[in-house]
Amino acid sequence: MSLSDELYRETILDHYHNPRNQGTLEGDKVLSVEGVNPLCGDELVLYLKVENDKVVDLAIKSRGCSINTASCSMMTEAVKGQSLAQVEEMIETFKNMMMKPEVQDIPEEFEDLEALQGVKKYPVRIKCALLPWNTLIEGLRCAESRASGSTEGPKTVSTE
Amino acid sequence: MLVCRQMEALDTAKIRQDFPVLQRMINGKRLVYLDNAATSQKPKQVIDAISNYYSNYNANIHRGIHTLSEEATEAFEAVRPKLASFIGAADAREIIFTRNATEAINLVAQSWGRQNIKEGDEIILSPMEHHSNLVPWQMLAKEKNARLVFLKLTEDGLLDIESLKEALNPKSKIIAVTQMSNVLGSIVPLEEVCALAKSNGTLVLVDGAQGVPHIAIDVKKTGMDFLVFSMHKMCGPTGVGVLWGKAELLEAMPPVMGGGDMISMVWRDRYTPNQIPWKFEAGTPNIADVIASGVAIDYLNSIGMDRIRAHEIELTDYALKRFSELKDVTVYGPKDPALKGGVISFNLKGLHPHDVGQVVNEDAVAIRVGHHCCQPLMRDLDLMGTARASFYIYTEKSEIDLLIDSLINVQKVLGHVAL
Ligand SMILES: Cc1ncc(COP(=O)(O)O)c(C=O)c1O
Repeated sequence: MSLSDELYRETILDHYHNPRNQGTLEGDKVLSVEGVNPLCGDELVLYLKVENDKVVDLAIKSRGCSINTASCSMMTEAVKGQSLAQVEEMIETFKNMMMKPEVQDIPEEFEDLEALQGVKKYPVRIKCALLPWNTLIEGLRCAESRASGSTEGPKTVSTE
Repeated sequence: MLVCRQMEALDTAKIRQDFPVLQRMINGKRLVYLDNAATSQKPKQVIDAISNYYSNYNANIHRGIHTLSEEATEAFEAVRPKLASFIGAADAREIIFTRNATEAINLVAQSWGRQNIKEGDEIILSPMEHHSNLVPWQMLAKEKNARLVFLKLTEDGLLDIESLKEALNPKSKIIAVTQMSNVLGSIVPLEEVCALAKSNGTLVLVDGAQGVPHIAIDVKKTGMDFLVFSMHKMCGPTGVGVLWGKAELLEAMPPVMGGGDMISMVWRDRYTPNQIPWKFEAGTPNIADVIASGVAIDYLNSIGMDRIRAHEIELTDYALKRFSELKDVTVYGPKDPALKGGVISFNLKGLHPHDVGQVVNEDAVAIRVGHHCCQPLMRDLDLMGTARASFYIYTEKSEIDLLIDSLINVQKVLGHVAL
């Protein structure tokens, strides 16, 4: 099997061609965070709504490569409706999966996300996959500080 | 009797034997190297020159009185006149070695620029400059409260000369322009630019990083004031850039870096600078790679710059034809090979250039993808980036065919997606 087949496995292409939760969210409870990957030109805006320690809704407006678009799509599917604790665990698991050589115990809800592991061999492209997740981390940090009364806005997340 | 001699075409098969890396297999396939605008491959003559220097006469240059040092100094300094005649300069003292073209531009901006640019002055640039020929001027303009003025491009991506006529005024101090765009391939009509500049009392710095490796240049005939280029894009090693400047300009310019070699006399509290070119070459230079750069120049001369240009026009013509047969592809820049270097920037509809680059790599086809260090131009064109194939002396038409086949495969693997 050629590497390109592996990298562009059907799951990735499916999410690339039909990205889930693409778009924007509105309302004063919605936080938006920008993420950019200057190397690749990937750009995204994450819209996040956190209530009662839960990610009740999120959407991403993105323009990027297949890996980036697919990662955005898969992430929104995995995270939507989950508690903050669960989301944090997922972030941890995903990062480990992408950064560490051998990963066992990939949870069931990672079925699609697992396909992104094919990217591991291409260091420049790991960033494409990680961008939505790093943007989510900034979004969650901001949601938390907002809940505790701060008015500080989110910073743009960059891979560089 | 008139003897008509046709220019002989390049023997690419023979040339390819000089480049060991072209034998490389990647994913079980023979390398198809189409990333020459980023850096060229090196012939074994150049590689051998480096190892010969270290094996046989490695020594620091200048001031040494032992044999090795004399040999090294002689070999090093012999490269200057060789480079001077390669670009049509009369005086070898006008050749200054830097690390790369970027450092050469910074040298001019920091030395000539700081001395001559004042508040309100204007620095004219084209909109297709590499970051290397943009950021150093931004830094200078910020420091001096000067203004950057951008020329326009025509529909085809050629420099709009009318916009230069409009831009020139008594405040225009320097035009910094590329000889050839590394994205669009557009060739800038330097003689016209220099003539207009001269009549306005404006200097011209030419970024020859893309042009000098592919097109014969004559600095005197063209009438520019500074020329910069990088040896690594023209069969030479990395780590050697060249600044050529008119002697009277260089002599009036202050040194930028202090240290050994750039001085004449030193006291506890002061120094007197060395003559040009050494005034601008502080510290031990890249001896081995400068010597090998001389071998690269010999190599290019042995082929002949006119034949190289003719070969690349033919390849570009062929590539444009083959690309026009592809579905859902956009090729950027001029479509006339006579006005364009061997650079094809393109996008496949609905596909991100990084995905395209990754999949053709499976076929051992090496192209570059992204913004090519021209983010402002990408923004003007409203693009995330492009894929770019670029040619050189060893590129064959069959390699362009392999690229096209591979691109058809990309469209199969990634599917057509509407943007
Ligand atoms: C037009 C142009 N200018 C300048 C440069 C910078 O060359 P270097 O990185 O060798 O300094 C490049 C290299 O890509 C280029 O294409």
